[in-house]
Amino acid sequence: MSTFSDTVRELEARLRDLEATARKTGQNLDTIISPLRAEVEKYRAQQSKAEAAPSESTESPRWERVKLARTPGRPTALDYVERLCTEFHELHGDRKFGDDPALIGGPARWQGRPVMLLLQQKGRDTKSKIKRRFGSANPEGYRKAVRLMALADRFGLPIVSLIDTQGAYPGLEAEERGQGWAIAESILRMVQLRVPAVCVVIGEGGSGGALAVGVGNRVLIQENAWYSVISPEGAASIIWKDATKAPLAAEALKLTAPDLLELGIVEEVVPEPAGGAHTDMDLAAELLGPVISRHLDELGKLSPEELKAQRAARFRALGAFTES
Amino acid sequence: MALDRFFRRRRPQQQASTDAPELWTQCPACKETLYNRDLDTNAFVCPKCGHHLRLDAQRRIHVLIDHDSFRQLSGHLHPTDPLNFQDTEAYTARLSRAQEKTGRPDAIMTGTGSILGVPVTVAVMDFAFSGGSMGSVVGEEITRAAEHAAQAGLPLVIVSASGGARMQESALSLMQMAKTTVAIEALAEKGLPYISILSDPTTGGVTASFATIADVILAEPGALIGFAGPRVIQQTIRQNLPEGFQRSEFLLEHGMVDDVVDRREQRQYIASLLGLLMKRSVSA
Repeated sequence: MSTFSDTVRELEARLRDLEATARKTGQNLDTIISPLRAEVEKYRAQQSKAEAAPSESTESPRWERVKLARTPGRPTALDYVERLCTEFHELHGDRKFGDDPALIGGPARWQGRPVMLLLQQKGRDTKSKIKRRFGSANPEGYRKAVRLMALADRFGLPIVSLIDTQGAYPGLEAEERGQGWAIAESILRMVQLRVPAVCVVIGEGGSGGALAVGVGNRVLIQENAWYSVISPEGAASIIWKDATKAPLAAEALKLTAPDLLELGIVEEVVPEPAGGAHTDMDLAAELLGPVISRHLDELGKLSPEELKAQRAARFRALGAFTES
Repeated sequence: MALDRFFRRRRPQQQASTDAPELWTQCPACKETLYNRDLDTNAFVCPKCGHHLRLDAQRRIHVLIDHDSFRQLSGHLHPTDPLNFQDTEAYTARLSRAQEKTGRPDAIMTGTGSILGVPVTVAVMDFAFSGGSMGSVVGEEITRAAEHAAQAGLPLVIVSASGGARMQESALSLMQMAKTTVAIEALAEKGLPYISILSDPTTGGVTASFATIADVILAEPGALIGFAGPRVIQQTIRQNLPEGFQRSEFLLEHGMVDDVVDRREQRQYIASLLGLLMKRSVSA
């Protein structure tokens, strides 16, 4: 039943395949195999730990949602693009350092209308997941997003941003190249946009790495997606020094779609097929497409100045405090 | 001045120890025992090794802003517990403790004042309060400070010291990154300069929002500055991190900060820089 053990099984199967391929062809696939093996070992360790401790997930409906958001086979950004867009021209690179496969984008037709897509893409099989770092972008990903936003502004293309990341990539090179700076610049560029921007969290919305492409005139979330300042595992590591306490952290963080609607973080929850988006990708796309189109229609009535002002006012109003 | 209290209650000058915090401080870097009055006159930089000690908000204002020029803007906003956040301890209990410890409602102090006669709006973060984490109050105070600067036609100086966005307000904390950016952008539209000073430590959501979109970004020597924490990075890459990784000097070398400026020279540096950026004429 557990999607967690499914993930481990899937990873183990891929690992065996890769090792067999490496043996057969004599190719050196260590750069792919080693990180995967590390991943599998990490999962196995977590799994045995989780099995040793009494399961907390049954007491955490929010953790069940997090697991749904991570279910293998859940549609990725490109799965939606393939079903809802035509003429997608993926434009590569930040023109400064490199191209990031974790955050991609370019112009396309969204159900017939020209838009600029910003997509956090996790990958669909083990190989592409590793290549795309499971959707965790490097600075060049955010700098590419900034470049594409400038292009959108120049040609009046509305932005459609699909968010799906556990967070920006916490790597050594990412820090050297200014991960924080790149995220901040992307947030700033979104604040400056004079075109409509509709952002949808389609799976995981982890921290600043998600917000970097989440400063929209409208921010939506799918029924079984989550959005939070930190991943449940990250929070659990800080609070209990134990990532397996993630279910408890998920409860505390109030990170589900209904929570976020109540907090005023999102405008709307986009329904998924019963059982989750992975059960029927076509239906999931049919449910998502028209919602985004409707918001684009509504925003299309605003002038560039009004769009920028509306977005600024939307985020200016967020926060909870008392004043004496 | 609150700092005067440090010198009033004198004890016999026996060996320096932790039981006399009013008089002595041990340098966390070189372990030298330092007389607080010497530290105060040296902007809380160790006279022996040059280590920049962490400052609470009060002391930061004291070393940065002309004495008697500071007028506080912050202080009226109080944090709430919108998520009813409960981990090993209730968020409300953590807040009360931090408020008692620091004497302020949250991890920030803002106001107006002057630096060597140059009028500024200033916001300083307080790492002593919940690791300087940014929740709704910090976000709102930064935003209001930037709005005040824009309205009054003043430059903005922010001194960051923060572990990042505050976990206990979850998505609302995250949204402060966008909110503060909205206000900074509006200030920039007005043509007013914003100088960001990154002090030890500045990480997470503060690094990834208002702290790094300044016109000029300065770092204090030796400060830890980055997005992800070193431990998280180490777990990800499974290698030891290079010497000096994520320190100010490392970031200067990688082109991420405009300069590393000794705290004792910051007032002069900022006053001069603002004079140039705002094209103030100086009497010869």
